[in-house]
Amino acid sequence: MKRSIVLSALLMILMVALTACGNKSGEKVYVYNWGEYIDYEVLDLFEEQTGIEVIYEEFDMNEDMYPKIESGAISYDVVCPSDYMIQKMIENDLLQEINFDNIPNFKYIDSSYLESAEEFDPGNKYSIPYCWGTVGILYNKTMVDEPVDSWGILFDEKYSGDILMIESVRDGFAIALTYLGYDLNSTNVAELDEAKALLKKQYPLVQAYVIDQVRDKMIGGEAALGVIYSGEAIYTSRENPDLEYVVPKEGSNIWIDAWVIPKDSKNKENAEAFINFMCDPEIALRNFEAITYSTPNSEAWNLIQDEEIKNSPVAFPPQDVLDRCTAFRYLGEEMESLYIQKWNEAKSE
Amino acid sequence: MKLFNITNTKTNSSSNKNGGSSLGNDKVKWLSLPYIVWMIGFIILPLLVIIYYGLTSGNKLKNLFTLGNIRLILDPTNFKALRLSLELSLISTLICLLLAYPLAMILSRSRMKSNNFIVMIIILPMWMNFLLRTIAWQNILERTGIINTVLNFLKLPTLNIINTPLAIVLGMVYNFLPFMVLPIYNVLIKIDKDVVAAARDLGANSIQTFLKIILPLSIPGVISGITMVFVPSLTTFVISTILGGSKIILIGNVIEQHFRVGNWHAGSGLSIVLMFFILVSMAILSKYDKEGEGGSLW
Repeated sequence: MKRSIVLSALLMILMVALTACGNKSGEKVYVYNWGEYIDYEVLDLFEEQTGIEVIYEEFDMNEDMYPKIESGAISYDVVCPSDYMIQKMIENDLLQEINFDNIPNFKYIDSSYLESAEEFDPGNKYSIPYCWGTVGILYNKTMVDEPVDSWGILFDEKYSGDILMIESVRDGFAIALTYLGYDLNSTNVAELDEAKALLKKQYPLVQAYVIDQVRDKMIGGEAALGVIYSGEAIYTSRENPDLEYVVPKEGSNIWIDAWVIPKDSKNKENAEAFINFMCDPEIALRNFEAITYSTPNSEAWNLIQDEEIKNSPVAFPPQDVLDRCTAFRYLGEEMESLYIQKWNEAKSE
Repeated sequence: MKLFNITNTKTNSSSNKNGGSSLGNDKVKWLSLPYIVWMIGFIILPLLVIIYYGLTSGNKLKNLFTLGNIRLILDPTNFKALRLSLELSLISTLICLLLAYPLAMILSRSRMKSNNFIVMIIILPMWMNFLLRTIAWQNILERTGIINTVLNFLKLPTLNIINTPLAIVLGMVYNFLPFMVLPIYNVLIKIDKDVVAAARDLGANSIQTFLKIILPLSIPGVISGITMVFVPSLTTFVISTILGGSKIILIGNVIEQHFRVGNWHAGSGLSIVLMFFILVSMAILSKYDKEGEGGSLW
């Protein structure tokens, strides 16, 4: 889910380092993950422990990753797409079922996340959650004096020019649909039109539509309110203590990035060994500390030393918040196009 | 540095013709082979792929020919994005031309050694990544940015330039200005000084000399410059995203969005429309370019 630009230099150094390592057993595993979405030292530990060489590559967007898997040009063994994309891959027969006998550490994954994952992977046959988070409002306490608990504040004329909206079609509509009391996976055109009208009314109030930049702009005090992913919110509050994150009472989107094994994987058992390693509580904790995106690993959570992070409602929201959140489903190509269409209509005067 | 040679194509090609007889035509053909392979692999084939995607529907069951993707441009939102793109890139091109021509004149006139240094200064920003330069402009224009910090310090009202069309035009002009200066400069320094001297001898004043001699002779450079500023401005989506805060949607943004969600068909269809507009503008330009040098870019 993290969309920031890949530190390609880092990646290159890593790849050089990995090739230099060589491998003893000749066993390999091809991993394809989001940019800056792992503690890189974990990969070395995995190689040391198992003797399996990791060939690690990164992507910025689900949509970059999908055509590569679909074309089969490179056969990856482990990929980490987001919820709706996993559903699309299952529907298009690109994934294979995971053999859970090879992943004993699966037991550490909290069942409540598996329940959420059923939205896109019914029966939890194809995917194992790696990171998750919510979408919410980040606000600057010095610029907003009223309590923030509703998406409604993003449509309040009082904050005209002080609102940073999210530049993502599905996330943008999710906010409007949820505020109106509709399902964020709605395919009802009337509901979409109503949401569009709301977003259109919001357009003049919005300072800018951003994704990654929301982080720096909010830290710098460019705006009073911004829409942000929870994983980023931990970082922003550290940098600027005036910033607070809230998941609105109407509910929100819960997103889950999960490990899957593509159909044309040539090293399925190595893939399962890798996923198992990632589910190890110690390893999951290291990754969490490196990237600050919430881990679904309950044992890793137990190991967190810092009480403040452990009980952080941002990283680990209470159950009632989670109950209000829904995961995205893939809505099909036509519906996705319609969403874009309406999003652009909302954004033109 | 390749830019320097753009307007030289004519002289190069004529020298090729002369050199051809001594080298032997077959050998010259062989030398062009790498370029032809490159062109087929990375220009022709991708174009064909775009045309294929643009003219077919995404439905796997009936992968039929359709004009639906092209027709997307008729949608009011997309059409407005295209119109705005055309407007903003025309304005930027015009501003670039007005800034670049006098500069190129001054550069070509002065016989100082500092010339190379000044040309260097124009190119220098291009050594930095395009994205970084644009983000730097964002930091300059932002509400808490450099300009407004200074204004606040002087107790002056804040300027709200960021996230407006003005910011986008500014970004385009800044990023593409060197592409206008260099071709014009190249043409101007190649104008035979004797031609200018002859005009003056025959009684033309400096305005007449400029209008009747220098300007007509510099048209090929101007055409190259216009093409090299107009085309990237028309297709940009990065500048409008960063400096326009995605509040202002250009046609490049619409195309990018479609590709981002994986709808290659719609994205390609709109790309074909955009290509059509680029080709039309080049055709119009080439009418004025009797020397055919602007066209030789392509």
